[in-house]
Amino acid sequence: MPKNTDGRILLGHGGGGKMTGRLIRELILPRLDRGQLGQLPDSVVLSGLGDRIAYTTDSFVVSPIFFPGGNIGSLSVHGTCNDLSCSGARPVFLSLGLILEEGFPMARLQAILESVAEAADEAGVAVVTGDTKVVPRGSADGIFINTSGIGRIERPLSLSPSRISEGDQILVSGPVGNHGMAVMLSRAEFSFDFDLESDSASVWPVVERLLNLGEGLKFLRDPTRGGIAATLNEIAASSGKGVRVDESAIPVDESVAAASEILGIDPFQAANEGKIVVVVGKGLGEEALHLLSDCPVARGAALIGEVTTANPSKVVLTTRIGGSRIMAEPSGELLPRIC
Amino acid sequence: MNPRDERRTAQALASEIKDLARKHSGQMRFMEVCGTHTMAIHAAGLKSLFPESVKLVSGPGCPVCVTEKRFIDHAILLAAKYDACVTTFGDLVRVPGSSGSLTTFRSEGGTVRVVYSPLDAVEVAVAQSPRPTVFLGVGFETTIPTVAATLKAALARGVENFYVLPAFKTIHPPLRILAAKDDLHGFLLPGHVSAIIGSDCFSYLVDDFHKPGVIGGFEPLDILLALRDLVSMTVRGTSAIVNDYKRVVRADGNRAARDILYDVFEPADASWRGLGVIPGSGLAFKGPYTRFDAAAHFPVNVPESKDDPRCLCAAILTGSKTPDRCGLFGKECTPEDPVGPCMVSSEGTCAAYYKYGAV
Ligand code: SF4
Repeated sequence: MPKNTDGRILLGHGGGGKMTGRLIRELILPRLDRGQLGQLPDSVVLSGLGDRIAYTTDSFVVSPIFFPGGNIGSLSVHGTCNDLSCSGARPVFLSLGLILEEGFPMARLQAILESVAEAADEAGVAVVTGDTKVVPRGSADGIFINTSGIGRIERPLSLSPSRISEGDQILVSGPVGNHGMAVMLSRAEFSFDFDLESDSASVWPVVERLLNLGEGLKFLRDPTRGGIAATLNEIAASSGKGVRVDESAIPVDESVAAASEILGIDPFQAANEGKIVVVVGKGLGEEALHLLSDCPVARGAALIGEVTTANPSKVVLTTRIGGSRIMAEPSGELLPRIC
Repeated sequence: MNPRDERRTAQALASEIKDLARKHSGQMRFMEVCGTHTMAIHAAGLKSLFPESVKLVSGPGCPVCVTEKRFIDHAILLAAKYDACVTTFGDLVRVPGSSGSLTTFRSEGGTVRVVYSPLDAVEVAVAQSPRPTVFLGVGFETTIPTVAATLKAALARGVENFYVLPAFKTIHPPLRILAAKDDLHGFLLPGHVSAIIGSDCFSYLVDDFHKPGVIGGFEPLDILLALRDLVSMTVRGTSAIVNDYKRVVRADGNRAARDILYDVFEPADASWRGLGVIPGSGLAFKGPYTRFDAAAHFPVNVPESKDDPRCLCAAILTGSKTPDRCGLFGKECTPEDPVGPCMVSSEGTCAAYYKYGAV
C-alpha cells in the first residue's frame, strides 16, 4: 500500500489500475484464493458444473446516475454481459442487487428499472434473482447496483494471453473513449456542450461473430476503466510480448477528441462500455473485420496494431507524426465513479 | 492538415534537424521551459526523431513542480485549523506534503474540492458561505490574469469568505539564472506564457547571454519547427529571439491581461523548489486585494519542510538531470505513489518519462 497513506482506502484503490491490483493481491487474495480467484479473470469458467458455465460479478457506482446514452441501470446489465462475453460466454442469467439511499426519488428508480429491462431484453438475458436494501440518507449516493451474471460457453476455446504470439493482430471493435468522456462531461462541474454519448452496449453480438475464427481468436477484453491503454498493457504484461499500435489507426470520434483536449483526458485512457479489444492470429485481421462488417455494435471496428517480440511486456505507440513512445498503464485516481 | 501530410512534414523537419546537426561538433542541449511542451514532446514521441547530438531537457515551467512541499503543508494546516474548504486545480491534490497530500487530508475528513477555473472556486465559496474557502494559487503568467480578474469580480460581488493562498510565479527571474548555465545552448520558450508577456521581453537571452530562444506552439509540428530554428542558430553560432507561434503570440503580448494582473498583484520574492528564493519572482496581493490573502488572514505556524534527499526534482527542474537518473524512478516513485511533484503533475518531467517512456 502507498507509504504515505497507510491504513486508509483512497479513491485510487478503486481506479482499476495498479493500486487496485495491489489491494487485491495484498489484501484479498491471500485470504480468499482457493485456486481460481488468483488468476483474476473478469469472469470465471466454473469447474465441476460441466465446464460450460461462466460466472462473473460487477458493482456500479457511476456518477451521475443518468448520463447521455444510458444510466446506471443499462450500464449494470451491459457491464456484466460484457465480462461474460469476453470469456466467450453467451450471457444468459443476471442477478440484480440494489442499494438505495433513503429519499431517492421513486420516479428515477422506475426509469432505471425500465432501462435494466430494456437492456436485458436487448442482450437476451433474464434477471432471475435480486435483492433490495435501503440505507439511511448519507450512507450511499442515490443508488448503487451490483449484478452477477451466468453465461453459457458456446465453443470450448481457450481465450488466454498465453496463446498470444508474435505477429498476431490487434483490433478494436469501434471508436474509443466515448463512455468515459460522456460521463465526465455530464458531471455538474463541467459546463461544456458536446454532442457525445456513452457507447454502453452488450458486445456479445461482436464476440459471437468472432468465435467463427475458431483457434484464430486468441484473446478478448472489454476496455473499461483505464481504457484501451490499460487493456493493451494487460495484453503485453500477461503475454510477455510487445505490443505496437498505430495512433492514426485507432478510431476516435471527433467529439471525443475535442472533449479530450478540453478535459485533458487521454481518449486512450478513457473508459468504454460497449467495445472490445481483440487479438487474432497473424493474417486474420481482415477476416475478423469482415466478420464484423454487418454488426451494428462493431461499427468503426479497426485494426490498430500487432504483437511483437521487440519491447517485451511494453506497449509502443507510433504517433501521428511517426515518432515512437510508450503507452503506459494508467495509474491512480484517474476518473473515480466512471462505472 | 491531413494526417499523411502531417507525417511527411514531420519527417522532413526531422531530417533537416539531422542534416544541420551533422555540421556541428559536440552536443546541443536545449531547454523546453514549459511543462506543457514537455508533455507534448513526449506524447508525440519527438525525441525518437532527434539525432544523438540534440538533447532536450526540461525546465522550471511546470507550476506544480516548482511549488514547495511547505506550501502543501501550509494549505493542510490552515484548512485543519480554521475548518476551511480547500479548492484547487486537480494536479495539486496528490503532491506529497511532509505528512500526506491533500488527498490523504481529504480521506481523513478534510474538505478538498477540485475546480477547473478560479471562477468555479468562487462559486464553491458562495455555496460554502460563511465557511472560509481557500483557493490554492499556483501558476505562471498564463493563469494569473484569470485569477486576478476573478478576484476583481469577487471583490465587486462582495464574496466575503473567499481567500487565495498565493504561490504564483513569474518566468523571467529563473530563466535569467538558467541562461547563465554553460551547458544550455538555447531555449524553447513557453507559448502560453508568451501570449501574455509577449516575445520582445526575452531579448535579455540574446543581449546578456548570447543564447537563442524560440517561442513555439504545442502541436508536434510547431515543436519540430522551433527545434529546427534552435539547431540552425546554434550551428551558425548566432542568437535571436524567434517567434514561431505568431498565430497566438504578439511581440508585446497581451497588455490588457498584464494590466489586470498588476492591478491586483505586485512583485515579491518567491521560493522555488530546486532554485531556492529568487528575488522578485513571485507575486503578492496589493491594495484592496490584500483581503483575499489567506496566509495573512489565517495565521498558522508551518514548520520548515525537508525534501527526500534521493529525489532529483530540483536537478531535473534546472535541466541538469533527467528522471532516468533517479534511483526511485518507477520503483519507489510512481504517479500513484509519488515522492516528488515532478511525478504527480500532469506536466511533470518524471510523469512524462513514466507515461511515455523512452523507447
Ligand atoms: S522519479 Fe520521483 S523521486 Fe525521482 S526525481 Fe522524479 S519525482 Fe523525484
